Amino acid sequence: MLLVIIPVLFLTVFFAWKYRQANREARYDPDWDHSTQLELVIWGAPLLIIIWLGALTWMGTHLLDPYRPIERIDSDTPVAAGTEPLEIEAVALDWKWLFIYPQYGVATVNEIAAPVDRPIRFRLTSSTVMNAFFIPALAGQIYAMPGMETKLHAVINEPGEFGGFSSNYSGAGYSGMKFEFHGVDSQAFDQWIAKVRGGEGTLDRAAYLELEKPSENAPVRYFGATDPSLFDDVVSMCVEPGKLCLRDIHGPHGSAQAAEAHGGEGHHSWAPPDALEYDKTTRRGGPMDAHGTNEAAMDHGSEEEH
Amino acid sequence: MDALTHFLFGKLTWSAIPYHEPILVVTFIVVALIGSSVLFAITRYRLWGYLWSEWFTSVDHKKIGIMYMVLGVIMLLRGFADAIMMRLQQAIAFNGSDGYLPSHHYDQIFTAHGVIMIFFVAMPMVTGMMNYIMPLQIGARDVSFPFLNNFSFWMTVSGAVIIMMSLFIGEFAKTGWLAYPPLSGIAYSPDVGVDYYIWGLQIAGIGTLLSGVNLICTIVKMRAPGMTLMRMPIFTWTALCTNILIVAAFPVLTAVLALLMLDRYVGMNFFTNDFGGNSMMYVNLIWIWGHPEVYILILPVFGIFSEVTSTFSGKRLFGYTSMVYATVVITILSYLVWLHHFFTMGSGASVNSFFGITTMVISIPTGAKIFNWLFTMYRGRIRFDLPMMWTVAFMITFVIGGMTGVLLAVPPVDFVLHNSLFLIAHFHNVIIGGVLFGLFAGMNFWFPKAFGFRLDPFWGKISFWFWVGGFYVAFMPLYVLGLMGVTRRLRVFDDPSLQVWFVIAACGAAMIAVGIGAFLMQLFVSIRNREALRDTTGDPWDGRTLEWSTSSPPPAYNFAFTPVVHDLDAWTDMKRHGYVRPEDGFIPIHMPKNTGTGVYLAGLSVALGFAMVWHIWWLAIVAFVGMIGVTIWHTFNYNRDYSIPAGEVSASENERTRLLGAGA
Repeated sequence: MLLVIIPVLFLTVFFAWKYRQANREARYDPDWDHSTQLELVIWGAPLLIIIWLGALTWMGTHLLDPYRPIERIDSDTPVAAGTEPLEIEAVALDWKWLFIYPQYGVATVNEIAAPVDRPIRFRLTSSTVMNAFFIPALAGQIYAMPGMETKLHAVINEPGEFGGFSSNYSGAGYSGMKFEFHGVDSQAFDQWIAKVRGGEGTLDRAAYLELEKPSENAPVRYFGATDPSLFDDVVSMCVEPGKLCLRDIHGPHGSAQAAEAHGGEGHHSWAPPDALEYDKTTRRGGPMDAHGTNEAAMDHGSEEEH
Repeated sequence: MDALTHFLFGKLTWSAIPYHEPILVVTFIVVALIGSSVLFAITRYRLWGYLWSEWFTSVDHKKIGIMYMVLGVIMLLRGFADAIMMRLQQAIAFNGSDGYLPSHHYDQIFTAHGVIMIFFVAMPMVTGMMNYIMPLQIGARDVSFPFLNNFSFWMTVSGAVIIMMSLFIGEFAKTGWLAYPPLSGIAYSPDVGVDYYIWGLQIAGIGTLLSGVNLICTIVKMRAPGMTLMRMPIFTWTALCTNILIVAAFPVLTAVLALLMLDRYVGMNFFTNDFGGNSMMYVNLIWIWGHPEVYILILPVFGIFSEVTSTFSGKRLFGYTSMVYATVVITILSYLVWLHHFFTMGSGASVNSFFGITTMVISIPTGAKIFNWLFTMYRGRIRFDLPMMWTVAFMITFVIGGMTGVLLAVPPVDFVLHNSLFLIAHFHNVIIGGVLFGLFAGMNFWFPKAFGFRLDPFWGKISFWFWVGGFYVAFMPLYVLGLMGVTRRLRVFDDPSLQVWFVIAACGAAMIAVGIGAFLMQLFVSIRNREALRDTTGDPWDGRTLEWSTSSPPPAYNFAFTPVVHDLDAWTDMKRHGYVRPEDGFIPIHMPKNTGTGVYLAGLSVALGFAMVWHIWWLAIVAFVGMIGVTIWHTFNYNRDYSIPAGEVSASENERTRLLGAGA
């Protein structure tokens, strides 16, 4: 690209200087407005560069696709056969990160660790609004979105403490949505897992519903055990009891069967409305009043009067 | 009693007035003082009647164009005040300091900054330029639908008024300038901010869309005899492509905001999490409007640079034909790149590659334009007046912005730089370095046409150097910060090593503030010294296109006789072939008549928007019925045109003859 940029910058300054009005030496050719050779160059040269860059882009985008499982841990070491990637399920909450380690049955808030050179497979979602999961030292970012699951494959090559954060604005507590990422050797990783196991009790559904309430600059927390289906239920928006899971609606059996499973009346093809409600029960501040306004949020700006 | 209050005022209560926020109170006092002194001055000098009959109700494309520019400059001050506040917050919110803005306020500021700068600064100014210049360039007396033009302008003003109201009554959106759901949905933004956003943009959007229809029609139907498409001035070409983009893109914005409104007002679920809503649908739709919007802003400005380069190099534009094709290609390609705004939302590698490559392809016609300007300068005789200075600054700055743009178009790179300050630096690089520099080039270039005197070059140069220098000081640090992994919209920072870059950026913003101040000073000094800066020829720069063939400012009818075009640079051609200006034989000219309907409709639409924001249903109904009523009433207005008598035409043409004679 600099092949074009630098000549352009140079020519701009050079022509501006050479053909200045005061320079009567320079040739003045007021009707010269076409040159087929020049036109060919100014369209052709960038075209060739873009063809080349486009090919690189196509290959690079496929090679570095975050959905593509890691095949090499660095430029010349393939992943050893039989290595099981570390699975981490990340949930963006208001305004903190929940990380679940399904292989270890533990969970943390705002802190993760991974062993050096072991591929990591992230599954990501969000409980309320769009966020993006980003550890610059580890890999590119990917959005974490409610009701949807995104994936990221990565590997950390050097031990160290790295910062991670949400890179997509998500509301009032966004600036504090940061976490620590520890790249550690496998022994230290086992110790870290043990430390997490010794943390608070189980992250079950009730604990999750409590945790997902909005809070800012949340401290690191460890949960020694988790509900194994929690992440899938977060993606399906049915952690709360009585909610219909998205996967049952979109799944192979279709909505009629899901409703049947839920309500029991086979000939009705719809589910009870409150089983599909998610936002309206809502997560930021208390339930909404009859006018559709959220009292807790409305009071936010007017605390002084009360 | 409560029921009555609720009926009368909807959600509006005293707590909506932010008198407990000192920054807003001070702002309000300043705005109130300035506002009331302006109102007082207008009353004192008995200008209301003049403003009403000569400006507000005018259907003259030139006056409407000037009013668009005034709107843009006023809103620039507001948008820039937001920018300075953000820069200050980010420069001090380190080492445990929370800065001076709580998130409740800061998040509104960055949203308002984006919305105002795009919709109410760049859009009105670009539209104003097209409105003023294009009809003159094609030898027309006005646009196709003069009343519609007035109405479009006032709808844009309405949108701006609604956005400004949110500053002092309630609050603005805290969502970022594109208001992605679910954050902008009622569940996560229950306050009125997003409603202000929706109604402000919807009302202004009507104006933009109608103005687009109007200008396309004008270019297609009202060109002077002999002006084939391939003899149209390049600015008119870019105006045509821009307005095609407007007409094709703005309905998408209107639709997507209407869907968001239905989600918020009547509990529908297009973009909610529950009931099968899909927020990514919003993201796709808004960018299908949003990317063409970028070209809506930049294409007319490319036209301005083309006219300026050719005029000040004293030379025909190099590669006119390829310039036209480049513009058309950009117009089409701008619809094929929208997904590059969200590579990181999990589309597959093939989809990302496709959109990455289409994005890079746009750099080919854009690059061709840059080369065409370069070769227009080549073998020219370049006069470095202010318009040309802005053009050279643009060429250098825009090339850098283009390069960072191509970098961001590579998906693997975007996975690291998306949402970062590198991105922020990139789009300010192209919007300030492109659109804004172009608007300044255009204002300095065409100001003598519009007012009959030049802009003061001394203050213009001060403004130029502070703007250009300030841009680099303010945004180069953001490129660095972005590469260091700092993302946008952050309010507080941990890492103290970043602070120095934010402080430098804040200094850059202060330099730009001086640039803006110098620009206002330039206007003031120019008006004061207007006799010394007077141009009586109507052609102060040795112009090449038809707008320079008439007087400055042009008479209401633009041209006493419709010019006949034989070549691309019609006016240069006429001058070269010894064009003799007709000095008698004038006939009456049929012109459209002023009307206040646009102002009434826009005023009612402010009431409608405000009522909808606050759920004051009775007022919404009254305002809406009122708008329908005024529209129907206007259709019965048969007093819509008049003739300028031949005597009046010949009087003003004789005056021009006298001035030309005195100048020669």
